[in-house]
Formats: sequence, structure tokens, C-alpha cells
Amino acid sequence: MTKSNPTLKIILYLSLGIFLLALPYLTDFALGRIWVRILDFSLLYIMLALGLNIVVGFAGLLDLGFVAFFAVGAYSYAILGSPHLGIHLPSWLLLPIGTVLAGFFGILLGTPTLKLRGDYLAIVTLGFGEIIRIFLNNLNAPYNITGGPQGINLIDPLSIGGFELSKEVWFPAVYNYYYCFLLFVLLIIFVTHRLQYSRIGRAWVAIREDEIAAQAMGINTRNIKLLAFSMGASFGGLGGGLFAGFQGFVSPESFNLMESVMILCMIVLGGMGHIPGVIFGAVLLTVLPEALRYLGDLQNHVFGKIFVDPADLRMLVFGLALILVMLLRPAGLWPSPLRKQEFATVESGDE
Amino acid sequence: MSEKLLEINHISKQFGGISALTDVSLEIQRGEIYALIGPNGAGKTSLFNVITGIYTPNSGEILLNGQAMTGKAPHEMANAGVARTFQNIRLFPSMSALENVMVGRHCRTSAGVIGAVFKHPKAKAEELAITNRAKELLEYVGIAKHTNTVARNLSYGDQRRLEIARALATEPVLLALDEPAAGMNHTETNSLEDLFRKIRADGVTLLLIEHDVKLVMGLCDRITVLNFGKKIAEGTPEVIKNHPEVIEAYLGVSV
Repeated sequence: MTKSNPTLKIILYLSLGIFLLALPYLTDFALGRIWVRILDFSLLYIMLALGLNIVVGFAGLLDLGFVAFFAVGAYSYAILGSPHLGIHLPSWLLLPIGTVLAGFFGILLGTPTLKLRGDYLAIVTLGFGEIIRIFLNNLNAPYNITGGPQGINLIDPLSIGGFELSKEVWFPAVYNYYYCFLLFVLLIIFVTHRLQYSRIGRAWVAIREDEIAAQAMGINTRNIKLLAFSMGASFGGLGGGLFAGFQGFVSPESFNLMESVMILCMIVLGGMGHIPGVIFGAVLLTVLPEALRYLGDLQNHVFGKIFVDPADLRMLVFGLALILVMLLRPAGLWPSPLRKQEFATVESGDE
Repeated sequence: MSEKLLEINHISKQFGGISALTDVSLEIQRGEIYALIGPNGAGKTSLFNVITGIYTPNSGEILLNGQAMTGKAPHEMANAGVARTFQNIRLFPSMSALENVMVGRHCRTSAGVIGAVFKHPKAKAEELAITNRAKELLEYVGIAKHTNTVARNLSYGDQRRLEIARALATEPVLLALDEPAAGMNHTETNSLEDLFRKIRADGVTLLLIEHDVKLVMGLCDRITVLNFGKKIAEGTPEVIKNHPEVIEAYLGVSV
């Protein structure tokens, strides 16, 4: 039964491919243009979640400041590709710069925290995330680097080989971004998958499971941890660059603690360390809060008037959903088979 | 055959005001099975932790093959060929048995991020070699049928065996086993004894901490007895059995 049928697999991948290509059309048709934009954001969040998944899901290092790397990527794109400083580097250069810079910041965060684990690490990373945000907020004097609280405007849109994604050519701009982000997401999935089933991926998991035993197996935990931090951060940086080029505007508000928490929730809710689970979690947590905006319409429809302001109800329902999922499915909505096996033994009262 | 593999010279280790080890020296020859015994709290595991780099001694030196290893990090000791198991089993609980052993191959392989992502022929071959070697080792310690079982779900005895397989995966010259037979019944202990002989025959020197006197006396070439962090006796099982201080340490003084 476990033997996979190759033709079936090809058909499955092919139909998935066609579905992904057709998705913006379907969404636009069924739900409207605004939902294609939400789809674009889902793809960005998938990148971020997969980046954080390397740090938290694989290496087991609880990082509450992940959004800092997203910010580094976004701001490096914005500063070097906008009228703000009058520098206009091309996208194909801006994205790698953001990715590498974020990776460097990952090492910067990793180095002082090598000896910390669990809650202690969480607090330090939380502080790091806040420091970056506060820097962005205040680096407008004496030299205006980040634009301060106002952020940076009129950022050059993403362009590939002279073709600006913000222009409507064959299809609307949001479609362009969708296909562009999809490519990057597929690339990140590929890299993450390869890493997971490699010597490096095993070393990450070994550190998560038992750091002392990992050292005794000859794993240089310092290097392997720093690698996890920088790999995860670089995915975040890439996402940040794409975000800046997509949005055309960045400000420190977009990179607050709540964002870090949301990305962490995506991983935990989806299934830590399991790539399909993380993707599922990211899409769900991007789409759900948006979908809950329609709670007002729903009330109007059912009761004829609005009882509770949908803005209040939205986060209440969202929070409740999170609590329920964690109570009913502690391993996440779509955990890896091994992890499921593990949780099953705990539940069956294995002493 | 008397070639020094590990030399421990005047090791002392203090934790705050408490001396865990005081001036302990011993030599292990290549190819022997050496035991470390002593009452609870005698400093056996502390000495293990010093040898495997988890603790840095306050004074004294460690030589492996004549080379100074004092103060090296645990992963450096593993690279140099000292592998260990733990008293309270420390596997990677949510990894499969196979993956646990594959992690043990880490220090003898080299594929990095580039190799992982691009899977060039060399990286591919290495990954295959890791898998094959890990399977061989599971077979070697006798738990091949549990290859894909999550380590946490293995029986206690199989977990001990898996830990040995994982340590062997690092290609050690010295395998340090911390109470490998603890909690095992007679049959299990006997088959473990056979495994140790097989490992020795394959050219690995063994150092073990053990409370099972019968196992130690039957298996080991030489024994060191620790009490209150000090070495009180050293010698063959015969010598140790009749050593007055050892008898005193274990049974108390007969007035």
C-alpha cells in the first residue's frame, strides 16, 4: 500500500500544477480581485513560515523576533530601490542583497544566543525583533536612512528583465505578482525539502531533540545553529524584498511583534517541522482573518442587522479557533506522520 | 599489544566546593575492555564527562594516542574518535532508529548546504553510504527489524542497543558506555556481553561504567575502582575482587 504509483504521482502533480496556475482566475471569478491580493500575501507568508520553520520546527530554537529579518529584507529593498535616497538598483540585485543581508542578521542574532534555549531564547529574540523595529522607527535623524515612522514610499516595483510586474500586460498586476511569488515559494519549498532530508537537516533535528547527545555525535552545534538562523533569516529577507516591491511602501508598523507571533502560529497550527503542514498553516492564517471580515455581512444576512462589530468579533473568533485547534490537535492540523505517531503514544497514556 | 590509547593524568574536577574527582589517573591500552566501578556518587560519570569533553577538568590532562585533548569540546572528542552512550539514555526520541544512527555519521561525512540542495553526485553517493552504513549498524547490534520505528517507541533494551549503534556510527577508537546493562535481565545482559566482545574483536577499545559485578568480572581486562572521587584500586578482576579497600567501599568496614 505504501508503494507509490509513478503514473498516479505524475497525474497528481500535473493537476496540482494546473490548479495553481488557474488559481488566480478562479479566485478572481468566484471572490473578486481583492482575494487575489490576499492570495499573494498567502504566498509571502508561506515563505516566512518556511523560513521560521527551519529555526523553530527543525532546529527547535524558539524565535519570537522573526519579523526582524522580514523587515531587513523589505527595508534593504526599499532603501536601495526608491526615490528616498535616489538609488534605483534593479530587482534582480535588490532581492539577493536583502536575502544575504537578512542571513547576516540571522548570524548576528544567533551568535550571542547560542547558549540559550526555550523561553530564555524566546525573550532575547523578542527583544531583537523590537530593537530592529525601533531602529527603523528612529533612523531618520541625523541622517534620514529609513524614513522614520513615515516609512519609505514609491518603492520601485518588482521587475524581471525590464518587465515591471505592476503593469498590466496579459493579465492584471496581482496575477503577475502571484506567479512571481509562486515561483519563489516553489524554490523555497524545494530548498527546504532538500535540506530536511540531508546531513544538515538531521543535525538540526538532532539539536532540537537532545543538544548534548548531538554534540557527542560530533555535531558542531555552534555552526549548525548559526546555519539554521541564517538560512531561516534569509528566507525571511527574500520575502521582505518581495513584499517591499509588491506593496510599494514600507513602514515600521508592518513589522511589529504581532507579525512574529502570527508567523509562529502558522507553524505551530499547521504542524511544526512538516513542510505541507506549515504551508497549510500559513495559507489558513492569512485567509481566515480576511474571511472573518465577512462576519458582519453574515449577521446582516441572518438577523437583518449587525449585533457585534465584525472588527471585534473577527479576532475573538480567530483566537477561539487557535485555542480549539491546539486543544484538539496538539501536533498541528497536518503533522508529519512520525510526529503523529509520537503524539499518539503520549495520548494513549504511555506511563 | 600494550599500546596506550587513552591516558588520564591527575585529573581533578570541582563543582563549587565539592570535589567530584581528585587526582585520578589511569591508562587504557588499545584493544582492551576497561571498567570503571564504584559506589553511587563515586565520580564515574563525572570522569566520563571529562573524557568526552562535556566537562573541562580543573587540573590534569587527557591524552588520546599521545595527543593532548584536555579542554576539547564534545564534538571535537567525537571527531578524535571517542564515542559514548549515556546513563539515562539520550536518543533523539522523535527520529526513527535509522535516522538516529545516520546522525552518528555526521562527523565522518561532509556534505553541506550546497550538497544538500543540489544533490550533486558526490553528495548523493555520500547520502547513500550514510544510509547503508546505518542499516548495517542496526543489523550489527541486532535491531534491524526496528529500522523505521521512532526511537521513543522502542523497548528499553532496544533503546540501549540503538544508542550503541549510534555511537559506533562515529567510527570510534574508544567507545565509552555508561551503565549499558542497567535495568536488564540475565538473558539481555548475556547477549549484550556477546555484543561487547564482538565490538572489541572489530578493533574498538571499550570503557564501561557498570554495576553488574558478574558482567564486569567476566568481561573486563582491567578495572579501576573509584570512591568519593578518588581512585582506590586498579587491576585485573582477580586483584579487585580481593582488594581490601574495595571490599570496604562496597560493604562497609567490618570491625
